[in-house]
Amino acid sequence: MSSGHSTYSPKTGIGRWMDSRMPLPRLVHDSFVSYPVPRNLNYAYTFGGILSIMLVAQILTGVVLAMHYANDTMLAVQSVEKIMRDVNSGWLLRYMHSNGASFFFIAVYIHIMRGLYYGSYKAPRELLWILGCIIYLLMMATGFMGYVLPWGQMSFWGATVITGFFTAIPLVGEWIQQLLLGGFAVDNPTLNRFFALHYLLPFMIAGVVVLHVWALHVTGQTNPTGIEVKSKTDTVAFTPYATIKDGFAMVVFLAAFAYFVFYIPNYLGHPDNYIMADSLKTPAHIVPEWYFLPFYAILRAITFNIGPIDSKLGGVLAMFGAIAVLFVVPWLDTSKVRSAVYRPWYKLFFWLFVANAIFLGWLGSKPAEGIFIPLMQISTLYYFAFFLVVMPVLGLIETPRRLPNSITEAVLEKNKGGSAHPAGATAAPETRG
Amino acid sequence: MKKILNGLAAISFLLAGAAWAQENAPAAQPHDMSTMGAAAPSEHNAAEPTHFPINAPKEMDWTFSGPFGTYDKAQLQRGLKIYKEVCAACHSMNLVAFRTLEDLGYTEAQVKAFAAEYEVQDGPNADGEMFTRKALPGDYFPSPFPNTAAAAAANNGAAPPDFSLIAKARGVTRGFPTFVFDIFTQYAQGGPDYIHALLTSYDFEPPAGMEIAEGTHYNPAFIAGKSLAMAKPLSDGQVTYEDGTPETVDQYSRDIAAFLMWAAEPHLVERKQTGFAVMLFLALFGGLVYATKRKVWANVAH
Repeated sequence: MSSGHSTYSPKTGIGRWMDSRMPLPRLVHDSFVSYPVPRNLNYAYTFGGILSIMLVAQILTGVVLAMHYANDTMLAVQSVEKIMRDVNSGWLLRYMHSNGASFFFIAVYIHIMRGLYYGSYKAPRELLWILGCIIYLLMMATGFMGYVLPWGQMSFWGATVITGFFTAIPLVGEWIQQLLLGGFAVDNPTLNRFFALHYLLPFMIAGVVVLHVWALHVTGQTNPTGIEVKSKTDTVAFTPYATIKDGFAMVVFLAAFAYFVFYIPNYLGHPDNYIMADSLKTPAHIVPEWYFLPFYAILRAITFNIGPIDSKLGGVLAMFGAIAVLFVVPWLDTSKVRSAVYRPWYKLFFWLFVANAIFLGWLGSKPAEGIFIPLMQISTLYYFAFFLVVMPVLGLIETPRRLPNSITEAVLEKNKGGSAHPAGATAAPETRG
Repeated sequence: MKKILNGLAAISFLLAGAAWAQENAPAAQPHDMSTMGAAAPSEHNAAEPTHFPINAPKEMDWTFSGPFGTYDKAQLQRGLKIYKEVCAACHSMNLVAFRTLEDLGYTEAQVKAFAAEYEVQDGPNADGEMFTRKALPGDYFPSPFPNTAAAAAANNGAAPPDFSLIAKARGVTRGFPTFVFDIFTQYAQGGPDYIHALLTSYDFEPPAGMEIAEGTHYNPAFIAGKSLAMAKPLSDGQVTYEDGTPETVDQYSRDIAAFLMWAAEPHLVERKQTGFAVMLFLALFGGLVYATKRKVWANVAH
């Protein structure tokens, strides 16, 4: 899009006619064929493509499911079971959609971690990063509302707990909650508006994805070295190089996805959601979907009042803060070096952060009692400390390792130092630096 | 800019310290909304368990487990017999239609005859009257009670749960690290394992000192407490098997659990068979794509 000079030259008369009126083929060619990408991208860089096909898969299965779903508290469970039992391949569509949400989040978490590791958020890619954060927020809203639609026990009680967060906000909290619910408690109006929004938001995601890709094509991709592209030898053409590599990663990812869909489709769900919603029976433990668990742990870690902020509001602020902090990451990181490959200390703190995030997820599935509360607090502390302390401070005091002069130099150095493998034999180029 | 960031860092250090100090203060009320509505724990008694089920369910061998699992139709037929003769007195199965019983190996005529043993309400007719008629294959299993309130009234205030999805609606938390291994062993039989465990755990005596509420029955396999409202439903020899299968509580429990798994997941076999074809395709296609990728990148150091 921005590479300045387009290499597209239409070969047919129709192509030339089209090109002078609405150069869509040129746009596609420049964006996905001749577009230069760094030659040293590893498999961590394939998740953008994977996320695109997951979004398309979710929209396609979702549209068909919506044709069979009845958006009414009295009918929702029956209509979902009708899909599972009587609709042709309905079970496949529904399991693809419910597991698809989980795999969408798996992919987005890897994508975000990739960004944090290689410093993809740093100038000039701040907007690109923020657009990604917006997509992530929209995904969370979509996932949450989608989970309510089957109208099971966890749907109902999850919705009750999560919309209850808003009552913690002073003055306008109650009003916001009632606006979300369409009443004083989760009921038919809630289900109706959640369904409408669940259908709307994915298209908003698609819109922001266009902006995200646009911004990406303006600045170009980062790469494991974090050094900007300097010459033509640093890059390869998107097609066939990135296309085939992305394609292979997609197949592997889809195989993992298919494994869950066909063999353990309910593994990531909760048995209670096969019980119809009952406003009089509270489940023993209300847990959100797995992809919200780290934030659920952060919410419940705040068990103390901080000045005028009571523990409930404090928990809600911490939870939203945990997401909000992502938006300012480009300005929290003070390091002059982009990639963790050349930052030994940052690398250590980064992997600690990953382990801590997974641990927070596990804690999120545990009741807030006994030893779990201090563990949640320590974990929450590290979560925020990573962004608010490690990122700003480490960038100032850490001595980075020597940077190569260019991507090409880094690649040649690696291949020379590697072993007797001929070029290209390093099939899984995991850049260890 | 740097100064601002250093200030930020200092503030976060201070906050961290405050958090630590608070932690050492007497524990504040955690706002765990998930415990809302749960009864306050009574004073601790050594004989009173705090975690349920008291005994974890035993993992059984099921024909439908694993990547090539299939339902044993003879077992499902035995399970249907148990449901019809025992469970159906209290438990509905609203989402299962008679027509689907052909999955169990019955012919269309057999299903028709089976359905005809039930009466369902229909109407209104031309005179505006509701009437009852013999059920047809397109009908669903009728409920033993006219509504939930009637079911609760007849059962000490606790309506017996519907059985359509019960095999997927129950599952004892597996805990770390078992839940990780479950991905690789494809463990998805938590429901049937639980049903089997519950039905075979009625003969245990409560430990001395444990109090069992009036009108409830001690069962160390029960997921939500030490005792439940349902009395022991099955005993040896209660249901007659024509195929020579042992008429024991253990066998009955396996058969009803397998049947309920089918009721909850009628397309399980189709799912696993489709899955095998899909995995095979992805493996072959993935191999081809990988070979292509190797060739494309062969002359590019990266």
